[in-house]
Amino acid sequence: MNPITLAIALLCSVVVWGLIVRHLTAMPWEEAGGGSHLRDIQTVDLPAAKVAFYALLGVITSLFLLFFTAYNMRMNPSHGGDWHSVAEPGLLWLNTGLLILSSVAMQWARALAKRDNQQKLLLALIFGGLLTLAFLTGQMVAWGQMQASGQYSLSNPASAFFYLLTAVHGFHLIGGLVVWGLTLKKIKGGASAQSLQLTVELCSVYWHYLLVVWLMLFAILVST
Amino acid sequence: MVYTPIADSDDPHALHDPQSFISKYVWSQDHKVIAIQYALTALSVGLLALVLSGMMRLQLAFPESFTFINPSNYLQFVTMHGMIMVIYLLTALFLGGFGNYLIPLMCGTRDMVFPYLNMLSYWVYLLSVLILLASFFVPGGATGAGWTLYPPQAIMPGTPGADYGILLMLISLGVFIIAFTMGGLNYVTTVLQARCKGMSMMRMPLTVWGIFTATILGLLAFPALLVSAIMMTLDKTLGTSFFMPAVLSMGADAGYTGGSPILFQHLFWFFGHPEVYIVALPAFGMVSDVLSVHARKAIFGYRMMVWAIVAIGALSFVVWAHHMYVSGMNPYFGFFFATTTLIIAIPTAIKVYNWVLTLWRGNIRFTVPMLFAIGFIFTFTHGGLTGLFLGNVTVDLPLSDTYFVVGHFHMVMGVSPVLVLFAAIYHWFPKVTGRLLNTTMGKWHFWLTFLGTYSIYLPMHYLGFLGVPRRYFANGTSDFMPDSVQTINISITVAALIVAVVQLLFLFNLFWSLKHGEKAGSNPWEAASLEWQTPDTPPKHGNWGAELPVCHRWAYDYSVPGHATDFIPQNEPHNGEDSLEEMSAHPEEDH
Ligand code: HEM
Ligand SMILES: [Cu+2]
Repeated sequence: MNPITLAIALLCSVVVWGLIVRHLTAMPWEEAGGGSHLRDIQTVDLPAAKVAFYALLGVITSLFLLFFTAYNMRMNPSHGGDWHSVAEPGLLWLNTGLLILSSVAMQWARALAKRDNQQKLLLALIFGGLLTLAFLTGQMVAWGQMQASGQYSLSNPASAFFYLLTAVHGFHLIGGLVVWGLTLKKIKGGASAQSLQLTVELCSVYWHYLLVVWLMLFAILVST
Repeated sequence: MVYTPIADSDDPHALHDPQSFISKYVWSQDHKVIAIQYALTALSVGLLALVLSGMMRLQLAFPESFTFINPSNYLQFVTMHGMIMVIYLLTALFLGGFGNYLIPLMCGTRDMVFPYLNMLSYWVYLLSVLILLASFFVPGGATGAGWTLYPPQAIMPGTPGADYGILLMLISLGVFIIAFTMGGLNYVTTVLQARCKGMSMMRMPLTVWGIFTATILGLLAFPALLVSAIMMTLDKTLGTSFFMPAVLSMGADAGYTGGSPILFQHLFWFFGHPEVYIVALPAFGMVSDVLSVHARKAIFGYRMMVWAIVAIGALSFVVWAHHMYVSGMNPYFGFFFATTTLIIAIPTAIKVYNWVLTLWRGNIRFTVPMLFAIGFIFTFTHGGLTGLFLGNVTVDLPLSDTYFVVGHFHMVMGVSPVLVLFAAIYHWFPKVTGRLLNTTMGKWHFWLTFLGTYSIYLPMHYLGFLGVPRRYFANGTSDFMPDSVQTINISITVAALIVAVVQLLFLFNLFWSLKHGEKAGSNPWEAASLEWQTPDTPPKHGNWGAELPVCHRWAYDYSVPGHATDFIPQNEPHNGEDSLEEMSAHPEEDH
């Protein structure tokens, strides 16, 4: 490189660096009347419980994505080579239907809470919860069928993953049912539907979310 | 539903003041008490981890002298030392301790948004610690698998604690993750939703930025550890083969069909590398604030510092396999991960430059916290530079699993965050207790610790070049290790023991100053950020008395020309600005 190019390059880089530093050391939040526009800079327009709830969904998403990734990697022959695909019990299709219905019931409950209809809200919630319990029972029956058939040994990673992932999904539903139970108790204690609006809304989102997780999981299980 | 921001619906009486001793100090929902509970628990296990390292050093310097240390014990000490230091001390102290104490005070809120959840978080953390400690006492003792817990050896006979120790370790980690998630959701939500009026995100002190970003990393990365812990537990207890390959054990088929240990490594390090930054980012934030306060200068390039924290956080999810170069990966993978690793050095280097530029022509006060903060710049730079070497595949291969690695990671994630912790304790102790820590003891503590750690870890790099392997009970004799290795090992051990004893001086200082320390007043360092502007020191339940503070400026107004004092608190209005009362009377008017 000749000295002139070098000098120009150096000059340019000094200028660029100067601009970068200027940009990055600016304090725009200090200008325009300092603190007089305090009301502008506020928090997100959401109740804290909702923010925390969505953050929790982020954590759970991370968990399931990692499980799915592990599943995918373990299937690859370079990670073991002992994967024997298994046929899932037909009962799972019925269970899927139950879970969809429970999600619908939860959505119904959400609308009722908004309309402050306590009687029907109770009914909708009970429906949603019972359907969920039916789903969980169905999953256990499916497990039982698999055990009985003797073709799903734990040493086959395909069936081990089946048990593991359905169990993890089920535990998350049980967590939801705990909140569901507490909500029922509050209604029994006379809480108005209005006051439970946020809880019921978050419950419904949680149910939809776990439905989506289940559909993905089911698709993965059936297709592999 | 109409939504009212938390800062606008303030009611100082909403938090019921605790009545009895038990509800005030034991089942407390006050973030400050929970912070102290976290801190004391973490420091106690940390002390245990320190003792374990002392025993390892004794063994390495004087092999065959200690009958109570056999090869199995040694491996157990290595493992428990590493795991306790990384998870149960550093993660818990930075986030559960300092996060809990500082977030509400620095953001100007009365408490975390979910105090009950916060309390649960501590008790579940304590449970995880107890489970961990219990593993020392079960048959076979604690696990000796190394803090990385790699299968197959972690659960195979021949590894100490392969029966119960490893199970308790996995369970304890699972419980810890639950505790962390409860705390973490709280920290994130509080930062997002409960900041006081005027506290925009870009006015938050870097401490809050560091803790906030680290918490998000933790929330996304800890699930990877949970997944690997669950699957390993099943491999151990139910005989699944997620990770366990078909192996012979003691001459017999162990009953596994052909799982993938490499899969475990991917999961572990997908957690493990972000974990380094879960510990480092809060340290980055806290050291920035300490440097700025004691140099009486605004932090250099605040906006750059914030974006560097965020960028490092994001990048930390795409470098994990630099811990796996020796696992026989595809060369293109190695190339990819080496590249991302080098890229992450850019925002990291920017931070180091900015710390140095903050000191540049500052009006530096060489207080004890400042000494520790400056010490951190040294150790972190050293650890970071050796990291650049190890990030390259060809350099890493021969150095992997040698003392070079031990030297590197102790510099970068052992000593450096610990120095920041000390800086932070000396800096914020006056807010927590109302008294200053003793300076003379503090200076002795600093110099001996700082020089001591260099005498411990610099020679380790050299040992690594010679090829001295890590996790070895004894080196025996071999062609590649000259006799000087033993001499060096002895000197390292002497330094390590001195450093360990000096920490007792620190502990003594903590207790002594609690009673006899100089009274600090509310703002002994003349600092600008909100936590120093509380009406009471230590802050009372609810933190702010009758009214929440209003934030008018960033946290770094030091040595502003034309101002009477050399710092301006964050809650002081600008000249000519409406006074607080008028502003809340006509909120929208003057915009
Ligand atoms: C004076 C303080 C310390 C001393 C003397 C010390 C000493 C040691 C020693 C002797 C080993 C075992 C090396 C081997 O045989 O391979 C070790 C491992 C380790 N240390 Fe430290 N250490 C100290 C502080 C820390 C801190 C603060 C951390 C926090 C990150 C830490 C994290 C680790 C880790 C992660 C390992 C690896 C464990 C493993 O190989 O599984 N240490 N340390
Ligand atoms: Cu790493």
